[in-house]
Amino acid sequence: MKYKYFPHTDRELNAMLEVCGKRSLDELFDEIPDSIQFKRDYDLPSEMSEVELRRYFAELGAKNKSLICFAGAGCYDHYSPAVISHIISRSEFLTSYTPYQAEISQGTLQYIFEFQSMMTELTGMEVGNASMYDGATATAEAMMMAVSASKKKNKVLIASTLNPSVKTVLETYAKYQSIELDYIVESDGVSDKIDFEEKISKGDVAGVVVASPNYYGIIEDYDGWADACHAQKALFVMNCQASTLGALKSPGEWGADIAVGDGQSLGIPMNFGGPYVGFLCTKKSLIRKMPGRVVGATKDLDGKRSFVLTLQAREQHIRREKATSNICSNQSLMALYITIYLALMGAKGLKEVNELSYSGAHYLADELCKTGKFEMLYPNKPFLNEFAVKTMLDVDVLQSKCVEAGILAGVKIANDKLLFCVTEQRSKAEIDKFVDIVKQF
Amino acid sequence: MNNTFYGKLIFELGETGRVGYSLPKNELSDYNIASLPQRLKRKEKMGLPEVDELTVVRHYTNMSNNNFGVDTGFYPLGSCTMKYNPKINEEISNMSSFTSLHPLQSVDTVQGALEVYYNLQRSLSEISGLNEFTLNPFAGAHGELTGLMVIRSYHNSRGDYKRVNVIVPDSAHGTNPASAAVCGLKVVQIKSLADGTVDVEDLKAHLDDTVAAIMLTNPNTLGIFEHNIPEIAKLVHDCGGLLYYDGANLNALLGKCRPGDMGFDVMHINLHKTFSTPHGGGGPGSGPVGVRAGLEKFLPNPHVKKAEDGTFYIDTDAEALGSVSGFIGNFGVMIKAYSYILTLGKENLKYVGPFATLNANYIKDSLKDVYELPIDVVCKHEFVFDGLKDKSQGVTTMNVAKRLLDYGFHAPTIYFPLLFHESLMIEPAENESKTTLDEFIAVMRKIAKEAAEDPEMLKAAPHNTPVRRPDDTLAATHPIVTYRELLADSAE
Repeated sequence: MKYKYFPHTDRELNAMLEVCGKRSLDELFDEIPDSIQFKRDYDLPSEMSEVELRRYFAELGAKNKSLICFAGAGCYDHYSPAVISHIISRSEFLTSYTPYQAEISQGTLQYIFEFQSMMTELTGMEVGNASMYDGATATAEAMMMAVSASKKKNKVLIASTLNPSVKTVLETYAKYQSIELDYIVESDGVSDKIDFEEKISKGDVAGVVVASPNYYGIIEDYDGWADACHAQKALFVMNCQASTLGALKSPGEWGADIAVGDGQSLGIPMNFGGPYVGFLCTKKSLIRKMPGRVVGATKDLDGKRSFVLTLQAREQHIRREKATSNICSNQSLMALYITIYLALMGAKGLKEVNELSYSGAHYLADELCKTGKFEMLYPNKPFLNEFAVKTMLDVDVLQSKCVEAGILAGVKIANDKLLFCVTEQRSKAEIDKFVDIVKQF
Repeated sequence: MNNTFYGKLIFELGETGRVGYSLPKNELSDYNIASLPQRLKRKEKMGLPEVDELTVVRHYTNMSNNNFGVDTGFYPLGSCTMKYNPKINEEISNMSSFTSLHPLQSVDTVQGALEVYYNLQRSLSEISGLNEFTLNPFAGAHGELTGLMVIRSYHNSRGDYKRVNVIVPDSAHGTNPASAAVCGLKVVQIKSLADGTVDVEDLKAHLDDTVAAIMLTNPNTLGIFEHNIPEIAKLVHDCGGLLYYDGANLNALLGKCRPGDMGFDVMHINLHKTFSTPHGGGGPGSGPVGVRAGLEKFLPNPHVKKAEDGTFYIDTDAEALGSVSGFIGNFGVMIKAYSYILTLGKENLKYVGPFATLNANYIKDSLKDVYELPIDVVCKHEFVFDGLKDKSQGVTTMNVAKRLLDYGFHAPTIYFPLLFHESLMIEPAENESKTTLDEFIAVMRKIAKEAAEDPEMLKAAPHNTPVRRPDDTLAATHPIVTYRELLADSAE
């Protein structure tokens, strides 16, 4: 038995078995009833050398098409600086576990502390964590937090303008938690404020979840929403697209109680849907209701500033079924992507990212509409980097024509509607190339 | 670990006017963000640092030196399966032909990625003996929640609404009861026998038509195989309940036993344990959920399927429990796990469980004369000591764990399971050589000796780690969780 991941030589194997009082490896499994022992080989391929493995995955990779991306809808093709992938690959970060042993985990603990600090700056909130899996589940956790904070009420009001994939996850979690969901009616692409006011005034709502920008890319005006929620003791939850927080009014400025969303747009590659990291930031008064692991600053025996996992009394390994959530991991490594990203970009870089995205998106919107084949789905609504259009073209045919030219032409949201996104990675030439295809169509 | 310490925060390295990025010039500045309405724009300043690129690189490199990973040294952390994370998997998962894919691209442009996804589903089915898998759940606990949702959907689909109880042994991982609660189910705890296995009589007493499921890990958290599992499965099935397998300890059984064959109906697998994907300081993980035939339709949307012409497509099912993820899960983790399965192949995967088990028993039998072994049987991939045999000097499991750090080892899992006061839970993965294990055993014996001869020194450990015993109480009673708070606190 010689294999690169099994270092046991025959001599060592025998010596070890002798210490254990066994004659063979099989004897170590004697207590497993014969009827359930697995005695054949797995029906799986034979082992591959690295040479074969590289060839195999290169062939698989060739079956994919890397496209010039004009799609968003929850995943954004933003620039990821080279420094990130380099630091992320350091095995001290990559191959460590959850930082239980603080003495030898200060690297992880400290960057999570930096992540918490940066995300609270971005969202205008006071506390946060690095434990959420993605934006959709982070929003579900916020929904459950609102219900748990209200104690008696179990109805949550959600905006119809949320990304449908977020809505589906909310509906799923709500079903099993017996949380009643009600929807704020959508009118002209935004949440209807009159409908919201009517529904919140009934006093039976624990929390309200809205989107910024919303699914159509529209930047909604939430003036007065937080006050209306607070008057009825409901929590105001904002699901935000992380990168846009560099330019748009923050959840803190809107008066939100919880800011959630996906952090992917802050330097994490698209990676066919994951891994990403969700963020959940809130007010300090809600910290003990917050799910996930929190890192706090403290001092060690010698008075050195150091960091530890703290407020663990909320968590599953202590509270078991009474815990605030069943989450027991940190999406640490993904949080490190964002931490490095925000360190490099700073407020200025993030602002520039939004300026470039804004310019590109508005240019594309104009050019598409000029072809006469598209019109804005919600004209006169403010947007940043993402917008929805209506078209009389066959969307499927258009998209596959664009694929032939190496372009991902947005996300189809209805038979005659598309959602487009432009980030700072798209050059004018790329946008023009895309518009040219549309023109020829 | 070396006594290096790098204690600066990125916020303390900034200088107004420095930048760490470069972006393209705006070719389209006629379209200006300034035209957005003022009321929608951010006014508050963001307190992010202003740092240059080299400062950022040095900062995080220096911080990494305060960390310990599997690549640093032996990591016998019980229940966590800290196995070697093969470098080839990282290389494969970083191929731009996968990382550049948008999750909503049309399926004909992502056939390679879907093939990875589908083949991994099939491989996990074969390894676990269950019919079908979803790879959507993001982590083990998320898999548990998803699996319990499947179980509730199944009972509800039959109109059997009174099944709201989940039976969990007292030795279970804390996530089991927590996941049950998030799924809206009630937890019923059953006892363990003196030998650490489920008390079948106590189980019987709790079996009735309110039982939705029993959650078990096998081998259990003591590393002991629940040999009564065929009987337990029959009892639970006879009363109409389902069996949930917590895959946290699956590594022990690779090659020897499959959850499906034991009678389990639903399970999750931690790809970041059994299938070698790195833990990344706590995540990202991946927690695929597998089910027995008949339960497939309840798995969460979306599903990846294979058409008759051999192409792959994404499907949704109206009877599905709903969705538990924004897209289709942590693809970047899946590709590493699939690469691992292909690397080992059927010839080597079957030795994973046996070598992990051999390593655990070797440590156990080499140390049980100096550490208290409450249940002296053949263990599987892990086992639990109840502290030092000689407790007369008042040396605790915490002291032993901290002293191990001084000697360059990661500590075992401590004070879990809760069945013993001084639990010290040790799990050596299959990749560890006898040389490494012998070094660990020698150090553990040395610590036992120190406990007798110099207990005060031991109680003050660790002595040469980057920091020494950060004050948990201070952190909890006076929580400072952001740099902003830190500044305010030091100004006080």
